[in-house]
Amino acid sequence: MELSNTKKEIFSRLQQEILLLEGFKPLSKGSGSRFGLGKIENAFPNSVFPTAAIHEFINTETEHAAACSGFLAGILKTLMSQGGACLWISTSRKLFPPSLSMFNIAPERIIFIDAKEEKEVLWVMEQALKCEGLAAVIAEVQEISIIQSRRLQLAVESSKGTGFILRNDPRKLGANTCVARWKISPLPSEPEDELPGVGFPRWQVDLLRVRNGNPGSWELEWAADQFITIEEKTVTEIMERRIAGHYA
Amino acid sequence: MTNQRFVSLWFRYLLTDWLTLKRPELKNLSFVIAAPVRNRVVVVAANSLAEAAGVHTGMALADANAIIPGLEVVSHVSGQEAKLLNALGEWCIRYSPQVAIDFPEGLILDISGCAHLWGGEREYLKEIVTRLISKGYHVRGAMADTVGTAWAVARYGKVRPIIAPGEQEQALYPLPPAALRLEAVVAERLLKLGFHTIKSFIHTGRTALRRRFGQDFILKLDQALGNEDEPLQLLQPIEPYAERLPCLEPIRTREGIALAIKELLERLCKRLYTDKKGILTAVLKCYRIDGGMVQVQIGSNHPANQVMRLFKLFELKIETIKPKLGIELFTLEAPKVGETDTEQEFLWSPEGCGLADKGLAELLDTLANKIGADKIHRYLPEERHWPEQSIRLASSLDEQPATVWRKDRPRPSLLLPRPEKIEVSSILPDNPPMLFIYKGVRHIIKKADDAERIERSWWEDQGQHRDYYVVEDEEGRRYWVFRSGHYNDERAGWYLHGFFA
Repeated sequence: MELSNTKKEIFSRLQQEILLLEGFKPLSKGSGSRFGLGKIENAFPNSVFPTAAIHEFINTETEHAAACSGFLAGILKTLMSQGGACLWISTSRKLFPPSLSMFNIAPERIIFIDAKEEKEVLWVMEQALKCEGLAAVIAEVQEISIIQSRRLQLAVESSKGTGFILRNDPRKLGANTCVARWKISPLPSEPEDELPGVGFPRWQVDLLRVRNGNPGSWELEWAADQFITIEEKTVTEIMERRIAGHYA
Repeated sequence: MTNQRFVSLWFRYLLTDWLTLKRPELKNLSFVIAAPVRNRVVVVAANSLAEAAGVHTGMALADANAIIPGLEVVSHVSGQEAKLLNALGEWCIRYSPQVAIDFPEGLILDISGCAHLWGGEREYLKEIVTRLISKGYHVRGAMADTVGTAWAVARYGKVRPIIAPGEQEQALYPLPPAALRLEAVVAERLLKLGFHTIKSFIHTGRTALRRRFGQDFILKLDQALGNEDEPLQLLQPIEPYAERLPCLEPIRTREGIALAIKELLERLCKRLYTDKKGILTAVLKCYRIDGGMVQVQIGSNHPANQVMRLFKLFELKIETIKPKLGIELFTLEAPKVGETDTEQEFLWSPEGCGLADKGLAELLDTLANKIGADKIHRYLPEERHWPEQSIRLASSLDEQPATVWRKDRPRPSLLLPRPEKIEVSSILPDNPPMLFIYKGVRHIIKKADDAERIERSWWEDQGQHRDYYVVEDEEGRRYWVFRSGHYNDERAGWYLHGFFA
């Protein structure tokens, strides 16, 4: 009995070590959720959004790509708050830099690389991920093989950089070593305080695959420079109303 | 001491000649350059026309004005002579590597062993003088074994400008004492004593001369005669940042080329480091034994003098160097260098500090060399409303935005490079559309923001203004659509321009 207990301990310790190597750094106490993704971060081991890792985003339509770049901008805002520039590599870039300033990112801190072909995109990404001074590296590619993704994974393991692969219109999803596979789709916005017009951007966030974690699906909104998961919002709204009612 | 030869050049109207070159309208006018000296304005330089009329250097400007009514006066810029002589001296380095400035209006060239390259001393001197005259300067030149004699003959000589080796004494005989570069007081005293030529006192006892005219006088005399050395303050030619590496055995392997590049970079970087400079562009030339030459070039965003960093850039290009039978000589030049900022190194930290990061600069250099610098873009805001013109390319990595990024109006995450035509139905002219068809898909619009009218910059191009709408369809997809022109205009059309997050 005792033997199995020590074994378990060893297992869990080894698991923790592996997680650490894979970029799941446990949160130091009291620092709270770094990215403000709320419940979504619970899907990851140690409940932390992995940074020294490669994330994969699946965009089947241009509208998804737009939603995805919004979500990504929200993540980048946190990553770039430490200083450090970003590299955005693609073959046919549509991202409109001024839109990033809506997510509180200085667009001049993003360096765009327009590669000739996908192979070159991945080569540039690998070089960039080896560089320690960058906050994040984003690459738009259609396909990525398991070997290519492993090379990128090796690069981030030494530099502790964060990579994002945006797969626009992929033919087949296939297997790779990315830490998480996301899909961001647009959702109808909710009018804010009964105001007419288009509200804050709102997305359906699907975490299709996550290494050692629990996939899931959430609704997320970007308002007042932060992510708000929808349930949270309704709860706080109810609370606010209740308080208002109480005092009324 | 022996076999030395010097050329002295005298720019008699240095300042005025230069001014005439700069302002050709002065060519046929009498003019002087004047500067205030102790409460009065004095002529610093007069051109040949003014001098012919009797104006000379050191005269009060008022007197000069009296001699030539309507005299053109240009105010003097102090330090101009030094600048001009420096420039002329640097130009003269083509004739001899050893050029010294002979303030205030001459140059001295140490031409030992140079003249034969021009086919003899006569041709050599003629070449220098005619070239300078054709530039527009009044110049006199003389050649002798000593600086002093060359100087004297250039200014006072009347017979021939080239003094044969060892004949400086005879050449000095007919010249006035001032030709010995004496102080004005000493020269004047000599004249008062009746010494009108150097010949009249040159054989007088040295002790007597020293007692009367001072040690400096003896020194000048001996220097002119060649009994005493005269050190020259040579102009420092701008040495190019270049290194050569000849090889005993022709190099044919990749490793060999890599070693050669490293060796050259080490030498060059050592020099650059002491000069606090860094390479912006570097050219490697490989001379093959078959007579061919291969050349590769690298560029760097930040001035770099770190061997490994520069080597990495070359490493990417080694494969383009075809050694064929072998390379016998490598040369490495840095035609463009820049000042390195040592402060920057302190700013660097592993966490990075954005664009000043060295790791990033190195990465971008690698990328620029592999895929091309034109593939790297960075954007800065531009004060324009027209969406396509609201950003501009940054010219360098450290260029900062001149204006702020505007956040007051929604801008789409993705912008189509060119707006795509859509079919639209709307009820009211000034309302957003009710539905639109894009790529065969019907989008029924559920929510829309009010129009934002964006005008063209009328001074640049003519055409329709655009009324932009942010719209959201029944599935929550958000678009940026616009109507080009007025509703009732025949040319009006609807376009989709972007996608919102």
